Amino acid sequence: MTIQSIQEEIVEEFSIFDDWMDKYEHIIESGKELESMSDELKLESNLVKGCQSQVWLHAEMEGTKLVFQADSDAIITKGLVSLMVRTLSGHTPKEILDAELSFVDEIGLKEHLSPTRSNGLVSMIKKIKLYALGFQTKIGS
Amino acid sequence: MTNFQQNINKIRADFPILSRKVYGKPLIYLDNAASSQKPSQVIDTISHYYENEHSNIHRGVHHLSAEATKRYEEARKTVQRFIGAEHSHEIIFTKGTTDAINLVANSFGNKFLNEGDEVIVSTLEHHSNIVPWQMICEARGAMLKVIPINEAGELLIDEFKLLLSDKTKIVAVNHVSNALGTINPIKEIITEAKRRDIPVLIDGAQAVPHMKVDVQELDCDFYAFSSHKMFGPTGVGILYGKEKLLNDIPPYQGGGDMIDKVTFEKTTYNDLPHKFEAGTPNIAGGIGLKAAIDYMNEIGVENIAAAERELLDYATQEITQIESVRLIGTAKEEASVLSFLVKDIHPYDIGTILDRLGVAVRTGHHCTEPLMDRFKIPGTVRASFAFYNTKSEIDVFISALKKAISMLS
Ligand SMILES: Cc1ncc(COP(=O)(O)O)c(C=O)c1O
Repeated sequence: MTIQSIQEEIVEEFSIFDDWMDKYEHIIESGKELESMSDELKLESNLVKGCQSQVWLHAEMEGTKLVFQADSDAIITKGLVSLMVRTLSGHTPKEILDAELSFVDEIGLKEHLSPTRSNGLVSMIKKIKLYALGFQTKIGS
Repeated sequence: MTNFQQNINKIRADFPILSRKVYGKPLIYLDNAASSQKPSQVIDTISHYYENEHSNIHRGVHHLSAEATKRYEEARKTVQRFIGAEHSHEIIFTKGTTDAINLVANSFGNKFLNEGDEVIVSTLEHHSNIVPWQMICEARGAMLKVIPINEAGELLIDEFKLLLSDKTKIVAVNHVSNALGTINPIKEIITEAKRRDIPVLIDGAQAVPHMKVDVQELDCDFYAFSSHKMFGPTGVGILYGKEKLLNDIPPYQGGGDMIDKVTFEKTTYNDLPHKFEAGTPNIAGGIGLKAAIDYMNEIGVENIAAAERELLDYATQEITQIESVRLIGTAKEEASVLSFLVKDIHPYDIGTILDRLGVAVRTGHHCTEPLMDRFKIPGTVRASFAFYNTKSEIDVFISALKKAISMLS
């Protein structure tokens, strides 16, 4: 599946909830379902600092695809992180670099991507793009 | 029912923001320790000033300047009376508490701190009463000493006494803890320090909005607080200092207003308070702060304290009925702050759900990381009250909290 079609799938999934509470329940569930990262990977170098909650992000190349593992100490953040991983993990660096992440806005949770929330999500996306750029440059050279 | 409660609707009507909604729900503002809301009396005073009276102060020959100067200096006198200072020139206008503490740390520190000297702070301090001292200690080769606390979040006074020595050059502690609400026994701390002639700075950012403060009765050397936490505008703060000490320490920043005479060879400095007020100040802010103090006086600081005591007692009673809630900070003397955790739920998650239900609280470390480390927690959820909050708002907060807990468990 392309990044775009995964985003559409997520938007579709959320469209059945018209109540914000149900949306949050769904995010919390997604957070619970995301496998926790092993402690060995929760390294300082994998830590994406948010003032409020923390996100850990680990990236690896598998063949031509970039694969992410992530975690957060706050469950709502972790739920959003899991959606982000589901969307971006397993694609080539170029696809990730070119991706426009519109689903958070479309499911009505834009406020969580506001830098003022300082929950680590925005920095996480930046870091994902940086990884993609790093690997892309490596492949290219 | 007290007169105060009968008037609560009238009081709430003074604060326009309290009638707004968030996410379609009535705003319940329980983040007063971060910053309080402003009554129309303050907002209107500031608009009126800009519409009718604005000009630069202390330097004009013209009528407007003289008028604005008079208003600004009246504000200084209002602050002086409000905190019981002996002289109005002991009231220095700053940008806020942080700015006031930086002023003292730099000016006092550069004059009196030397290699091997010590500065005492406490575990309960806000970063703004830690970092400026750390910086000046590093620059001067001095050391920071820290008063420990007990599990309830109270300062260990016996330990404090043991820290005092000939090396101690200043003690800097807060009056009320912003993260836990603990009211510290500052009178005792000041008395102990005075026995050894050690000056004391009190960070009163969380005290002045909630209780009567009298700096002469306390006999502290410096007292710092912020206008925006006491219903006044942002960008203004106060440093109170005893005249003698303020005269003894050098200016902090150089510029206009703070000088007596400038030549390229040597500059001499202006008298107090201007020596510490370089550049054009926040004139509207000072005048707005006066309006806020007038407002507090009209309601009565004792009434404010009593109303908030009742709110805190009620909220504590209600929240402790929820079994999974753990209060952080259970000092005998507390003001207006309820800090807590629920099971192992992250504070950010609770804050997010409460927010969607219209309840504004603060989550995180509250700029007190060493204190959070002391309790081995990443942060707390903090509800903080002002006199304009009501018991029915607390009821909404408690039921929102229950909903959040059930969603997050
Ligand atoms: C106890 C305490 N000290 C200092 C400060 C800093 O105040 P300001 O940010 O207004 O300078 C605060 C504000 O959060 C506080 O609560």
